[in-house]
Amino acid sequence: MNISIKAALLCSAFAVASPAFAAGMHPVTGEALADNQTYTYRMLDDVKSFDPQINTDVEGSHILRDLFEGLVNSDPQGNSVPGAAESWEVSEDGLTYTFKLRDAKWSNGDPVTAGDFVYAWRRLADPATASEYAWYMELMGVENATKIVAGEMAPDTLGATAIDDKTLEVKIDAPRPYFPGMLTHASTFPVNQKVLEAHGNDWTKPGNLVGNGAYVLTDYVSGVKVTRERNPMYWDNDNTILETVVALVINDENIALTRYDAGEVDKTEVPAGQYPALKEKLPDETYSTPRSCSYIYMFNLGENGPEALKDVRVRKAMSYALNRDVIVDNILKGGQYPSYNWTHQKTAGFEMPAIDYATWSQDERVAKAKELLAEAGYGEGGKPLELTLNYNTSEAHKKIAIAASQMWKQNLGVNVTLANFEWKVHLDKLRSGDFGMARYAWCGDYNEPSTYTDLFTTTSGHNNGKYTNPKYDELAKAAKTSDNPAEEYKQMEQLLADDMPIVPVYQYTNVIMVKPDLKGFPFEDLMNNIYSRTMYKVAE
Amino acid sequence: MLGFVLRRIAMAVPVILILIIFSFVLMRAAPGGPFTKERALPPVVLENINAKYGLDDPFLVQIGTYLKNILFHFDFGPSFVYQDRTVNQIIADGFPVTLTYGFWTFVFAVLVGGALGIVAALKQNTWIDYLAVGFSIGAQALPNFIMAPILVLVFTLWLGWLPGGGWWGGPNDPNSYTSYLVMPVIALATSYLASIARLTRSSMLEVMNSNFIRTARAKGLPDRTIILRHTLKPALIPVISYLGPAFVGMITGSVVVDMFLSTGGIGKDFVQAALNRDYSVIMGITILVGMLTILFNLVVDVLYAWIDPRIRY
Repeated sequence: MNISIKAALLCSAFAVASPAFAAGMHPVTGEALADNQTYTYRMLDDVKSFDPQINTDVEGSHILRDLFEGLVNSDPQGNSVPGAAESWEVSEDGLTYTFKLRDAKWSNGDPVTAGDFVYAWRRLADPATASEYAWYMELMGVENATKIVAGEMAPDTLGATAIDDKTLEVKIDAPRPYFPGMLTHASTFPVNQKVLEAHGNDWTKPGNLVGNGAYVLTDYVSGVKVTRERNPMYWDNDNTILETVVALVINDENIALTRYDAGEVDKTEVPAGQYPALKEKLPDETYSTPRSCSYIYMFNLGENGPEALKDVRVRKAMSYALNRDVIVDNILKGGQYPSYNWTHQKTAGFEMPAIDYATWSQDERVAKAKELLAEAGYGEGGKPLELTLNYNTSEAHKKIAIAASQMWKQNLGVNVTLANFEWKVHLDKLRSGDFGMARYAWCGDYNEPSTYTDLFTTTSGHNNGKYTNPKYDELAKAAKTSDNPAEEYKQMEQLLADDMPIVPVYQYTNVIMVKPDLKGFPFEDLMNNIYSRTMYKVAE
Repeated sequence: MLGFVLRRIAMAVPVILILIIFSFVLMRAAPGGPFTKERALPPVVLENINAKYGLDDPFLVQIGTYLKNILFHFDFGPSFVYQDRTVNQIIADGFPVTLTYGFWTFVFAVLVGGALGIVAALKQNTWIDYLAVGFSIGAQALPNFIMAPILVLVFTLWLGWLPGGGWWGGPNDPNSYTSYLVMPVIALATSYLASIARLTRSSMLEVMNSNFIRTARAKGLPDRTIILRHTLKPALIPVISYLGPAFVGMITGSVVVDMFLSTGGIGKDFVQAALNRDYSVIMGITILVGMLTILFNLVVDVLYAWIDPRIRY
C-alpha cells in the first residue's frame, strides 16, 4: 500500500473510531495497549526556552510540537497534514494562502483564533522581540517581513491577516510550493496574547504556560527533566494515547545508553561507533534513519584564502582524494551516506545529477586527483602544497579530520595541518574568513532542496567560503518561481561538482535506540519532526 | 578578632570588584558571542538582539550598567541563552542542588577520610595502614568522570537500586530523596576523601612524633587522652587549610557530577555558560564562587585561631 494512502486511511480511521482504547486496544491497529502510557526519552541538554518565537533548539522544538500546534503538522512519514488549520487554499498566482482554522481550544479553554497566529507571527518579526528566528519569517517570504525585521515598517504591516476568527490570509512575495511544509517549524506556532500579557516573562513557567497542543507542560526541573501531560482541551484529545511524556536531560551518551538498558528511558541516541555492535545485539531496537543534514569541508575562496585553492583543479584533487567509504564505514559506522554532493539525497523533490566522480572507483579518483594536482603545478614534482583544516572540538570531527589528512598526504603528498578550535572560536573564524579549509555542516530547515542550495548563492550569509558563480545565482533565483524546480536544483548541484567549492564528506543519519514496545515513532520523517500524540506503547 | 573579621570583609569588596571587572573584560575578549551560531544571523536580526541586551552600548557603559544593577538591585540580568530565565533564577534553581550534594559530600569525605587517616596513623606500618593508604591512593587516581559511569552501571543497571541520575522532584517522585544523593556524593567525595585521609595521616604522624607528645607519654598519660586531647587538634591545622577551599569547591558544584548524573546543579551551568558565551551567567556564577571563596577562607582563618593557640590576630 502506498504510504500516503495508508496515512490518509489511518487519519480517517482515527476520526471514526473514538476512545476505543479505553478498553486497552489501539483503535486502528487493534494492538493491546500497555497500562502505563508514559514515554520517557533522553535529551542532550536543558531546554533553552519554551517560547515558540524564542526557541532555537531542535530538542526544544520536539517539546514545542507537543505543547503547541501550528497550522500544518507532519505525519510520521513526513507528509504535511492539517494541524490547527483544517484546510487551506492557494491563489492561482501562488502568492496568497487562505487557511481555514478548525474549532480548537487553548489549554485554558479560550478558542484558538486566526488572530493568535497573526499575533505570534508579528511577534516573531518584531525587532522588539529580537527573535533569533526572525529570519524564518523572511525565509517564508511573508509580505513585508524583511522590512519589519529591519525596523523599517511596523509589525502590523505583516502580510498575515485575520479575515475572521477562523480564517487566516497569508501573502507571500514569491510562489513557494513547499510553503505549507514550512509551517511545521516551531517558530510559526501561535501563542495566546492574553497569557503573555498576564504573566510577562514568566509565561512559559509550568502552570502559566497555555498552549494549543496535545500536551501541557506540568513540570520543569532545570537541567533534570521536562514533563508534559495530555491536554484534555486538545481538539483531537480522543485520539491521543500517551498520557505522559518525560524528557530527561542526560548529557553523556554512554550513561544514557546504560539508563536505556536499565529501562529508564525508551529512546536514546547510539554513541558514536557503537551502531554495528548494538544492531547485532538488539536488532529490533537499533535504528539508523536518514536525517536532513550534510557534512562538508569548505574551501576558502575569499581574499584571505590560500592561493592554491583558487585553482579548481586543486579543489577537485582534494575532493577526489578523500575516501568517503572509509570515513563512513570505519569511523562513523552509523549507516551514514558517503557524500559527493551538497543536498541531502533523501530531500523531497531532489533529483541527483549524474556527478561523474561519484561513480568512479576510489583508485580512479585518486589517479585523477594526482593528474589534476600535477597539472596545477603542485604535489610530486611540483610545488609543495601546505593547507590548514579547521574543525571544532569533537571526537568524531577529530577522527574524520585525521583520516582525511592522512588520505591527502598519502594520495597526493599534500600536507594538511589540523587546527582544532572550540565551537565559538571555530564559528568566529568561519565568519571572518580566517581559514583555509573548515569543517561545516548544515541541517535543512524544511524538506525541500532550496534549504541547502540557497547557501552557496553569492549573497548568502552562510557562504563563508565566498564561492560565487553568476550562473548558480541565476538558477537559485529561477528555482523560486519554477514549476519544476528539481531541474534547477540538479543543475546547481552539477555546478557545485564542477566548481568544487566544498568537499562533500557525508550525509547524516539519525542513529537511535527505541524500545520495541513504543510504536508510531516517525522513523521515516527526514526532518525528524516528533509528535508524541502519534506514538503509543503496546502491552508486552 | 572582630576587628580582624571586619577588616577582612572590607578587603573583600575591592577583590570582588576586581574579579568582576577582570572576568567581564576577559569574557568579552573571547572570540564569538552568545549569538554566534552555526546558523549565521542576518545582520539586522543581530542588531535587534544586541539592542535588546544592550550589547551595542560602549564597553564602559556596559560594565557600568552591569555594576549598577548588581549593587542596587542585586540583579545579574537575563541569560542570553536560556532566554526564559534570569541569572538570578538560574542560580536559585541550581545552587540549592549543588549546595545539598556538596554539603553531604563534605560530611562524607571528612568523616570517612578523617577516620581513615587517623586509623592509618595510629596503626602506622601495619596492614591496616597499608590498606588505608592503598585505598586513598586508588581513590585519588580514580577521576569522577570514570567513577560516575561506573556507579550508574553498578547501582542502576546491575543492582537496580538507584535511579541513574536526576534530582528529587518533590513528594510525587517515585524515588526517595536519598536515592538521588548517593551517586553524586560518592562520585564527588572520592578524591576529596583520599586527600583528606592522606593529609590527616601525615599530619597526625608529625604531631605524634613531636616533643610535647613525647612529654605527655613520659608523664604516663593514657593513649586515649594523648590522642583526643593533644594530638588531634594540632594535627587538624593542615587539614583545615585544605578543607576551606575544598568546601567551596564542593558546594559550587562539579561539572562532572552535573553532566554525568543530571543533577541540574550550577557546575554544569557554569561550564556551559562559558562555552555558550552566556555572558551574564558566567558573571553571576563567577561572582558567587568568588564571594564564597572569600567567605570560607575567612572562616578557615577564624578556625585557625580557635584551634591553634599560637595564632593571634
